[in-house]
Amino acid sequence: MSPIEASPPGGQALLSVHGLSKTFGANPVLRSIDLTIERGRVLALIGPSGSGKTTLLRCLNGLELADGGTINAPGELPLDFTTPPTRSRLNALRDRSGMVFQHYNLFPHKTVLQNVLEGPVVVQRRPRAEATASALELLARVGLSEKTHAYPFQLSGGQQQRVGIVRALALQPQLLLFDEPTSALDPELVGDVLRLIKELAADGWTMVIATHELEFAREVAHEVAFLDAGTILERGHPSQLLRNPQHERTRQFLHRVLHPF
Amino acid sequence: MTADPSRWDLFGSALWPIVHGAIASTIPMAVVSFAIGLLIALALALMRLSRSRFASGTARLYISLVRGTPLLVQLFVIFYGLPSIGIVLQPWPSAVAAFSLNVGGYGAEVIRAAILSVPPGQWEAAYMIGMSHRRTLSRIILPQAARVSVPPLSNTFISLVKDTSLASLILVTELFRQAQKVAAFSQQFMLLYLEAALVYWVVCLVLSTAQGSLENRLDRHVAH
Repeated sequence: MSPIEASPPGGQALLSVHGLSKTFGANPVLRSIDLTIERGRVLALIGPSGSGKTTLLRCLNGLELADGGTINAPGELPLDFTTPPTRSRLNALRDRSGMVFQHYNLFPHKTVLQNVLEGPVVVQRRPRAEATASALELLARVGLSEKTHAYPFQLSGGQQQRVGIVRALALQPQLLLFDEPTSALDPELVGDVLRLIKELAADGWTMVIATHELEFAREVAHEVAFLDAGTILERGHPSQLLRNPQHERTRQFLHRVLHPF
Repeated sequence: MTADPSRWDLFGSALWPIVHGAIASTIPMAVVSFAIGLLIALALALMRLSRSRFASGTARLYISLVRGTPLLVQLFVIFYGLPSIGIVLQPWPSAVAAFSLNVGGYGAEVIRAAILSVPPGQWEAAYMIGMSHRRTLSRIILPQAARVSVPPLSNTFISLVKDTSLASLILVTELFRQAQKVAAFSQQFMLLYLEAALVYWVVCLVLSTAQGSLENRLDRHVAH
């Protein structure tokens, strides 16, 4: 269940991002983002809707093609987006991470187990027996042993999202990306999913989490970055950034989230 | 029409040639044309959705031509027209060619719409786990699109079964041509053509039932 390589806290960079930018039409969504993702650490992205959190995650996974800047992994050639990268380099970036979506995006025509095995067996061509054993182990860990042969529509939102997490874990990625993993859930189902993510953090997984759950970010993240209008306005230790933000814009945002009326 | 026993005799004796026409010709012609037509339709749908302007333009022109010209004219061009440029097809292959090309044109738009109806998140989840475009299509998108396209494609198929009666005009001895033969001989047009209509109707009823159970089967993974 833990990541393959043991990770000392505050370890070396897994990915470093320089000057990453992305424009949709005339609308700049990311403006020169600099970011370092360190092994075994959890980075929380907070900020208003439309600030670029989701686009940033999608660029890290290659689902969205950044149009400027670089993503570097130690020991590899930098991936430069000023010219569109080759498919194989993009695939290499994608293979590094597993992503959990806000709306789960499970495959509705496949059972829970088939959803989880699609990556390791069909794409990565790992032996089916071995992949199945580890998929069942993961499903047991998230409390879904009874549901392995159920279809997604037979599950609650919280259960579907746990399957979404297991599907990402089964890829054995170096990095887990969470795109507002609890935003679509019923309030009473949020806790289960957050607890699971917290356990994964304790196991040493490297994670980037876009979230509106500030209390959760404070507890789980090693670092919080506040995004606004496509830039990282400030970043820092969660308790420092969330209690004592430096920027007026951050203060405003936190105030509105913590005191909605 | 009175209940003349000789008419019932005629009805009875014409039934087998008509049903035989259905079994030996109408149904296989429809099934083969539909199968080939679906492949053409899938190819056209993917061309329409591709980023290549040439591919999507070609597909668009093809669909426009097929939908904008009568099936009977298409059939005549293939059977009576092509020989003048040295391509001579027998009646049966001519009919299958015309019907397949026709189904391809109509089915393409159905399949394209069905592919577009699959939420973009499905493509993203498939890419996320490392699938290629082609594999995403075949394993994730098309199975979901298939469910959506069963009702409209069933319509296309049922229309096709009835349209095969046009093949009688290029001398294929299918269901309707068998009825025509007996009618011309006995001069009982009303009786024989109603009998032909009845057999078409029974075939289409069976197909509608099959559509229902196919939909149920494909719906097993969807909330109701």
